[in-house]
Amino acid sequence: MTRAASESTASIAAGEFSAHQEGQRLFKNWYAGLEQAKARGEKVANVFVMGNAVEILRAFDFQLVFPEINSLQMGVRKVSEEFLREAEDYGYSPDVCSYVKADVGLILREQKHPAGLIPSADIAIVSNMCSTFIKWGEIWERMLGTPTFVLDLPGQRGPRWQVRPGDAQHLTDARWVEQQLRDLIERCERITGKRFDMDRLAAVEDRVNRMVAHWNEVIALNRASPAPFNAMLDGLTYIGIMNVYRGTEEGVDFMRCLEEQMRAKVARGEGRVAEERYRLLFSGTPCYVSMRRLVELFESWGGVFAYSDYLTFAAGGMDAGELVYDTSRPLESLAEVTALAAQRGLSNQFFAHERLEEQISDFAVDGIVFHGIKSCRFVSSGMADTRNYLNERLRIPSLYIESDLIDPRYWSDAQIKNRVDAFFESLQQRGAGGAEAPRPGPRREEERR
Amino acid sequence: MTHQASPTSSDPERTLGEILEHCNDLRLGPIPPADALPAGYTGTFGHFPVYFPEEIVHAAGLLPVNVLGGGNKLELRHADAHMGSFICSICRSTAELGLAGALEGLTGFVTHPICDAAKHLGGIWARNFPEQLAQILYLPQNPNTPGAVRFTAAEYQRLRGDVERKIGRTIDDAALSRSIRIYNLNRSLLRELYEIRRTEPWKIGCTEAYLLVRARTRMPAEEHNRMLEEALAAIRGRKGAAQDKPRVVFVGGFCEQPPLEVLEAVDDTCYVVDDDLLVGLRWLTADVPEEGDPIWALAESFVERSAASPVQHDERKTKEGYLMDMVRTSRADAVIVTAAKFCEPGLDEQVAWSKHLDTVGVRHLVLEFEEKMTSFEQMTMQLETFAESLLFSIS
Repeated sequence: MTRAASESTASIAAGEFSAHQEGQRLFKNWYAGLEQAKARGEKVANVFVMGNAVEILRAFDFQLVFPEINSLQMGVRKVSEEFLREAEDYGYSPDVCSYVKADVGLILREQKHPAGLIPSADIAIVSNMCSTFIKWGEIWERMLGTPTFVLDLPGQRGPRWQVRPGDAQHLTDARWVEQQLRDLIERCERITGKRFDMDRLAAVEDRVNRMVAHWNEVIALNRASPAPFNAMLDGLTYIGIMNVYRGTEEGVDFMRCLEEQMRAKVARGEGRVAEERYRLLFSGTPCYVSMRRLVELFESWGGVFAYSDYLTFAAGGMDAGELVYDTSRPLESLAEVTALAAQRGLSNQFFAHERLEEQISDFAVDGIVFHGIKSCRFVSSGMADTRNYLNERLRIPSLYIESDLIDPRYWSDAQIKNRVDAFFESLQQRGAGGAEAPRPGPRREEERR
Repeated sequence: MTHQASPTSSDPERTLGEILEHCNDLRLGPIPPADALPAGYTGTFGHFPVYFPEEIVHAAGLLPVNVLGGGNKLELRHADAHMGSFICSICRSTAELGLAGALEGLTGFVTHPICDAAKHLGGIWARNFPEQLAQILYLPQNPNTPGAVRFTAAEYQRLRGDVERKIGRTIDDAALSRSIRIYNLNRSLLRELYEIRRTEPWKIGCTEAYLLVRARTRMPAEEHNRMLEEALAAIRGRKGAAQDKPRVVFVGGFCEQPPLEVLEAVDDTCYVVDDDLLVGLRWLTADVPEEGDPIWALAESFVERSAASPVQHDERKTKEGYLMDMVRTSRADAVIVTAAKFCEPGLDEQVAWSKHLDTVGVRHLVLEFEEKMTSFEQMTMQLETFAESLLFSIS
């Protein structure tokens, strides 16, 4: 067990687990580790939150940089605008992804991030799940000379796409993913000078399995009313840990404690908000420069985000069901699970209505909030159409608001507040949120499975 | 939809003029309805830029229709409610065409993982046009790992099966091989057209060449071949001497199409000796093998002998590398680096290209366009100034 893991266990044993504080501590440790990586002679990899082959990188002891998290952290720390302006001065259009621009700003500032110095990467893994990942990787190739490996993951091809583990389509896709993973392993061997160790991969996968099992339970516990956590505030810390500590004992410990805490809250009937009046589903990503404000606008009406599709796609799609590694055949299983996760938890964003229909029922929500992100086409391009579709099919109340990931210039507080207030007033008029308000019942467990 | 000009006309200008007028009518016209299709075709099949293996649906007796948005004459009445204002014009106007009923005859519509907005068109199609086969064809973004050909072939085979099920008949290998032969001739003729532009650009302008290429988005490849043969003969027979214009490469037209007025403004001041306009229709750079498994041949050609664009990652072809190849092989003096508004990959590439051209000392002009733009005065003035400064520096 690492020193960090011992500290983690010690703090948890004290029985005072605070997900927020523990999350902060783990993030601080992660940034500290990055800062020391080069001095320790450790190799560094840039990875994204979707389709990243972290399991293989961990087996080679890479330190992991998550550039998306670096960018959003600039938003949380309210300094993103200066990095964005620097990238725009360099030549990038205001219409380009603000995460990318913030990172370009970081490169122009010689990787000096407010959380610490970010080491330059020895390799970058970019997947096609978000097409901008690839363009982002090409920027590192040019500006930093970072070798990029594109992990091509075949996604959901069409509506009602049914791929089952072991069927012909799954095996075709998994075989392609496996070939790429073998290619990646060879590259990692050349970069690190280490031989790939299949047992180490199996050990990482075992930790991921345990972490995901707790994570799935945490998400499922928010089906309870009142919901024990807010998916768009507390949930952001959780998915951060899901990414940065995926495949580590620290990550397993965090998720285990989190599950225990949530289970206890549900048993006590303790919700995130004092009086839960409206259960909501949030589709999209938060505006990190105003994330607390956004949640406050909803919680002040007794509205809690019981679920968000962000918790799925930004946590690697691992909660999409049946995604457990077979550690007796680690590499093949990694390919098989990665191919399934790409379709069930990531690229199904392009056919979002199917998943949202299920989640509306699973989490018994009174309405959906769609957050269109001006500079993120992955999240936003189909959102208005999805909203129309669900409105017509399910007559579910919905709200559409627009801002950006981390660009404060697109956050219009008064306008968003007006829209949120009007949304809740309409919910009130419909009779939702009251004791007698009709709600769709959660699907039975056997139906869900 | 058949062009009527006489192949024996002795006046190349007249012949070419008639062909180009026909091409422009096709550009502005609707998707051909079922009862106006040529003999042997039972329907139409839509695909979004950049590349689509048209041979597969062509062999099924479906007319491949490359859906390139609505241009600057289309008013958006429905799309605003379905796609945000910050999405590129070609995606919004493609959605508009569908929602307005202009694409209702399509058997299917296939989009690709070129960008996230394009992938979302697959979902928008599925939700709004459930009667059509709506799909994302996962062309690999990693053509460098061994196995890429096998995966691409499997993906083509899957598409073939889905189309067969949709239309209720099989697409046999013989039909596929026949389609490959027809498209090989088309590829050869298009290579010839671009070779003339590199060697004798005064004989064929960028706008004219664009119209000739674009006609394939509305007519069968075999008919396009006949038209191209006729057009190439007329182009070669054209009189006229070279004018004092700089030779430029035009990039940024790989997906959303610049309005014709933009290309005309470029033609007025420069010779465009190479471009990436409609590069998806010219994607395979050599003949596809006509022997053996036709699906494998198409897949292998995609991975091993294909063009490049900002939306295809390939370790063998850096973006700067292929642009400089275009500049070298066409002996261009300068580059016009365009990008469509709201096009993430295009805008990213524009920065990279302009920085690189600065570094290697190649003169260039950076322009942003939108297919729906209707005012061209400012862009024309920029082009004139650019061309004049080039001529001054060249002389």
